[in-house]
Amino acid sequence: MTDPIRPEEIYATAIAGFLHGARHIAVGMASPIPATGALLARERSNGTLRVSILGNPKSTPWTNGGAELFDLAGRGGIDGFFLSGGQIDGQGNINLVGVGDYPEAKVRWSGSFGSAYLYYVVPRVILFRWEHTRRTLVEQVDFISAPGSSDPNVYRPGGPVALITNLCLFDFDKDRKRFRLNSIHPGHSLEEVQDNTGFDFEIPDQFATTAVPDAETLGTLRGPVATRVAGIYPGFAQQVFGAAA
Amino acid sequence: MSDLFLPSIPDLAARVSSGASLMLTKGEGPDTPMELVKQIIRNNVRDLHLITLPTCANPVSGMMADMLIGAGCVASVETAGISLGEAGAAPRFNTAVKDGTITVKDGTCPAIYAAVQAGGKAQPFAPLRGLIGSDIEAMRDDYKVIDNPFNPGEPVAVLKAINPDIAAFHAPCADRNGNVWIGRQRDSLYAAHASDTVLVTVEQVMDCDFYDDPAMVAGVIPSFYITAIAEAPAGAMPMNADGKPDMDQVRAYASAARSAEGFAAWMDANVHGTLKAAE
Repeated sequence: MTDPIRPEEIYATAIAGFLHGARHIAVGMASPIPATGALLARERSNGTLRVSILGNPKSTPWTNGGAELFDLAGRGGIDGFFLSGGQIDGQGNINLVGVGDYPEAKVRWSGSFGSAYLYYVVPRVILFRWEHTRRTLVEQVDFISAPGSSDPNVYRPGGPVALITNLCLFDFDKDRKRFRLNSIHPGHSLEEVQDNTGFDFEIPDQFATTAVPDAETLGTLRGPVATRVAGIYPGFAQQVFGAAA
Repeated sequence: MSDLFLPSIPDLAARVSSGASLMLTKGEGPDTPMELVKQIIRNNVRDLHLITLPTCANPVSGMMADMLIGAGCVASVETAGISLGEAGAAPRFNTAVKDGTITVKDGTCPAIYAAVQAGGKAQPFAPLRGLIGSDIEAMRDDYKVIDNPFNPGEPVAVLKAINPDIAAFHAPCADRNGNVWIGRQRDSLYAAHASDTVLVTVEQVMDCDFYDDPAMVAGVIPSFYITAIAEAPAGAMPMNADGKPDMDQVRAYASAARSAEGFAAWMDANVHGTLKAAE
């Protein structure tokens, strides 16, 4: 008997789908689902993909301090990264600073971390936000920690490729600088997505239901991936996989 | 023994005056000088400009920054992020920003690193890609956008160098000559290069010379960057010497510091109370 598939397993599988052929993926602080997706991609890569998970010296390879991630990313050595935001808007701008008219804040968040650099230089940035509401997915962010796109004369090999939420998966259309619906997660509807999204997005004639992991993927997730995740995010691994560190 | 060694943490803390700029590192390892920070708070230091390299967003580093802010020691903060890591938001920091009792210079991690490394190299500024089009760049008068002189037409941000008055961190050990071993915690090295005064607490002082061992010396800050050292076993707590935070202690703080009253009671019991007991 197989346990029911959990939403986190669907999200992680969708994330892994964006990481084919990558050599080195970095995962930021407090990002257990992106870490799970990246570690799934690593298992599928026969060990060719390196995953560096920040915040834990045992899961990062740096020998030159915290700056090394950024130096390496600037040199093209990081293929994928994950960013979130207290607010994300329809142009892919992210806000990690707070709500209100800066510098006054009605709500203050922790800060922009490395976003105002990594968003520009990492080719595949996957945005994630597990609360898909009009509060989080807004028409225009109150503070731009990092913009979704830049003028053509700005050095910018990187940027957003996708936004995944608890309702759906969007692609980012770099030319039109807006999101396009890719798939809706099982159990959710287009109406629900529209009702809960504060920005306009493109709805193609055809879009899919987000794929659920097949038996082989589930086995990988609940086996070697769960074991690695438990070493880094024990609480999350216990909750999702029932796995102990 | 080197004359860098001072007898106790109060001797180190006496070097931190009101109005100074103080750099703390991000606390991914056991580099959080918590006991020193507690003494700075007891000394009633005011108007510090706190600079985080590049964040204080791990549980114990975030707690140190939050305590300094909550205790009223801090006038302004330059940071790429302050939180208690997995224990959630930094409550006194968030409240102080909302109430306008501190000003924040919001940065991004590689910009703080670049500006500090420029400071350590005694250069006036550092260029950094990224940043352009962000409100971080727009809000900072110490960030400018110039035309790349080697690729005309390409805008590039330049960041004024950072040279803190003081850097403070904890380290596993020092040798008898005052060389400090930091291992992989290289951010402490960059903070030391850039700062005018470098205050270090160490888990232990070893009767040896790290330069005799090539494996050790690769992780050393030479003594000439160091201003003063105090031996302080468990001086990073609730960060354990093995780099794992005691999350029960951090969560107890996080819970208490949600209100001004809870914070004051926690500080009485855990900071000021300790002093009374020692007197």
